Amino acid sequence: MLKVHRDICGYCGCCVSVCPEGALELIDAYLSVEENCTSCGICAKVCPLGALEVVHEK
Amino acid sequence: MKNNYDVLIIGGGPAGALAARTAAEKGLSACLVEKRPAIGAPVRCAEGIGKEALTGFIEPDPCWISAEMSGAVIVAPDGFEMSLESSMAGSKVGYILDRKVFDRELVWQAAEAGADVFVKTRASAPLIHEGRVKGAQLESCGNVTKVNADVVIAADGVESKFGKWCGIDTTVPVREIMSSVQYVMTDIDINPHATIFYLGNEIAPEGYLWVFPKGRRAANVGIGISGRKSGKGHRAKDYLDKFVKQKFPHGKTIECIVGGVSVCRPLDCTVADGLMLIGDAARVVDPLTGGGIYNAMYTGRLAAEVAADCIAKGDVSKKALMTYDKAWRASKMGKGIERNYLIKEYLIKQSDEKLNTIVHSVSKLDLKEFSTLMLIKELLKANPKLLVELGALAASLR
Repeated sequence: MLKVHRDICGYCGCCVSVCPEGALELIDAYLSVEENCTSCGICAKVCPLGALEVVHEK
Repeated sequence: MKNNYDVLIIGGGPAGALAARTAAEKGLSACLVEKRPAIGAPVRCAEGIGKEALTGFIEPDPCWISAEMSGAVIVAPDGFEMSLESSMAGSKVGYILDRKVFDRELVWQAAEAGADVFVKTRASAPLIHEGRVKGAQLESCGNVTKVNADVVIAADGVESKFGKWCGIDTTVPVREIMSSVQYVMTDIDINPHATIFYLGNEIAPEGYLWVFPKGRRAANVGIGISGRKSGKGHRAKDYLDKFVKQKFPHGKTIECIVGGVSVCRPLDCTVADGLMLIGDAARVVDPLTGGGIYNAMYTGRLAAEVAADCIAKGDVSKKALMTYDKAWRASKMGKGIERNYLIKEYLIKQSDEKLNTIVHSVSKLDLKEFSTLMLIKELLKANPKLLVELGALAASLR
């Protein structure tokens, strides 16, 4: 699943623009992740600050 | 807030503001909603704009101009500097804006023209009836309302969702998002009247690093790198920190800004039944420079003009609104985007050695017209070999 490190996030919306599922939305200073997120990791790659992380559940 | 408007504009940046101002000036009832609590903040921009580009929309005002530019410098990967000046001695070629104040002024003008404006108000879903966009559901401080509009203009920026909700694919390819970070720095030694662009795969892979003066000893120091070159340990911030540590070790950072800038081709289609997309939401950023303020204002104004026409004729179908899509593509802006897209695609594939060769070919250029097109033309004169490499594109540049 996708983890948002909210203390790192600069709420810029860079990730929202590349999400192929439309699963991210920037609501002012809050990034929301919807259920259709596939944990593809594209957003985590492009984040300028490294605020997103795909966490594999054990 | 009324339940019905002629035009509902989503987003209060330069695109939305120009659309709202133009719509109101045309006698339409217009409503602009901005999801953030303040117009203009947070800034997501390096704030540079050409002089001619700006004055077509608004009279320059010292209140929102941080600095006036008289030239630019391009720095090759090996440190060689190419200086660009206007052949008109002493003339101003561009501005670094104060977007917080600039954006507010534009929205102020829209409001004065008669548009309604609401902040901290977010479009959370489109209203769709029989396949046509008829308005939007708006959320503001816990209140949910439905607002109908003949035309909805989506100006919701790089993080645009409205178009997607209406079936338009606005996804930016990973390699074509510029992952960006910028520091507003003070107490640094700079030339306060020239923008500086640093090139190189070590400095800013498939992008560039900029120093845009904001005053005598202050500047926007930022970087954009391709999304595909970004990753753990080598993100935009890592590259910028490395540069700042080396170049401005004693500077103070008073603001840290992040963002994404699309450098893809514009959307295949920027209209649907009852819907128009403008500015960054339409992906009309200049793919070579990453500049988007002019293109946002241009598409904003044009969209509202076409919307007014279509509403007057009682036809806001996709077919009718296509006038807007066709017009911007055929415009100088539209053609410039396509040309600069191809130039960008060429440049990002070049090695540092090649970039060095190109920049070394000229140490100082006096440009008749201070534009990327003029710069490219001069570089082609100095590097005739490039004509062959650019192929068909070169012909359009002569």
